[in-house]
Amino acid sequence: MKAETHRSALRRIERRLFLRGSLSLGAVSLLTGCNLEDDDAVDKTLFAMSRWNDRVQAALFNAERLAPTYTRAEVTKPFPFNAYYQEDQAPVVDAATFRLQVSGLVRETRPWTLADLNALPQESQITRHICIEGWSAIGEWSGVRFSHFLQRIGADTRARYVAFRCADNYTSTIDMATALHPQTLLALRFGDETLPRAYGFPMKLRVPTKLGFKNPKYIVALSVTNVDPGGFWERFGYNWFSGL
Amino acid sequence: MVPSATEIAPPALVSRITHWINAVAITLMIGSGWRIYNASPFFAFTFPSFLTLGGWLGGALAIHFAMMWVLAASTMIYLLHGLLTGGLRRRLLPIRPAEVLQDLRLALTFRLRHDNGRYNAVQRLMYVGVLCAIIGVVVSGLALWKPVQLHWLSLLLGGYESTRRVHFLCMAAIVLFLVVHLSLVVIVPRTLLVMLFGRSFRTESVS
Repeated sequence: MKAETHRSALRRIERRLFLRGSLSLGAVSLLTGCNLEDDDAVDKTLFAMSRWNDRVQAALFNAERLAPTYTRAEVTKPFPFNAYYQEDQAPVVDAATFRLQVSGLVRETRPWTLADLNALPQESQITRHICIEGWSAIGEWSGVRFSHFLQRIGADTRARYVAFRCADNYTSTIDMATALHPQTLLALRFGDETLPRAYGFPMKLRVPTKLGFKNPKYIVALSVTNVDPGGFWERFGYNWFSGL
Repeated sequence: MVPSATEIAPPALVSRITHWINAVAITLMIGSGWRIYNASPFFAFTFPSFLTLGGWLGGALAIHFAMMWVLAASTMIYLLHGLLTGGLRRRLLPIRPAEVLQDLRLALTFRLRHDNGRYNAVQRLMYVGVLCAIIGVVVSGLALWKPVQLHWLSLLLGGYESTRRVHFLCMAAIVLFLVVHLSLVVIVPRTLLVMLFGRSFRTESVS
């Protein structure tokens, strides 16, 4: 059902550029005064406002403010599958041959096996996943605290972004402040089991301080960078920071 | 009708400007908000697509998150101005239940006369009500936008899922107000002139 919404959204986007056509003619005339043909001005205004909202959200972000946590009894069952495709199209990653690629402003670019990652100190959290569509679900994720992982690879934490690439070709980028937040987790498990295929095997970046689409699943590569390579939904016009 | 002796000044320029800014902002917020609601409805209905703005969820959110600043700023200026000049208190208070009932009875039987610049008890109740709904929609909107950074606000409204419904109910209250408000403008069109130009041209044309 969720995949349905995302797919139909994608179909609509394909017929448009970014936010073009995002306002009806009536609203366009309200905003631009007279020119009904040129909705580029509207797009530009909305894009500029979205960048302004990025800055406001970065300023509002408190590195020490923790997302609320819940009890196991409050976990949403079943936890929804969510992607821009159907569940049976989710990528299949071979655990034995999998290697997490690390690149960019880091000291160690050695690829990581799942065994290596599981050998690092593990943490758990039960937090609320909030989707940009509005719905929310509580889940329990466990894995490596991401700031610890960044430290292990000798990441330059003065860099601006951490960019992710996924097995389903999904991409997303987060700001360094959020990457270093104590609840940002490189999740390897969901509940008591290894992270299932539906929820992003082999790993998902769990970011309880950001909307769901900023929590990439099926991660195969990450990069510490000062240049944002762009994200899947962000390119269509979702707000970049999307902090909670 | 001759203006009554108790008629007070037409709305201040600040009130009129913020009124029209809010008229645009609220229209865009409702249109885009309905599209956002449709992405994940929590009641048994969705809004017809042609009544929504944004074209798709991302477009609707871009409009919503841009116009929220306009709505919040304009409402804040209106309220501060109204509180500092005393205009808000003078025009919208007192609200006495007995007067509301009496004016409501008159209004429903089409016997309530309209005085420019002087609100009857039902109008006073409705204007105070819609101001509360706008404040409510902004506050619950902030709690939805920042459920972690403003967690205390989210908790105050019963948590994230409850806040979504509070936000919706405040919107519904504003829509209900608009239905009545616009119907009354249709019935008494000269109020539109007062809100646009700060005065009615009726008296000049008569004298």
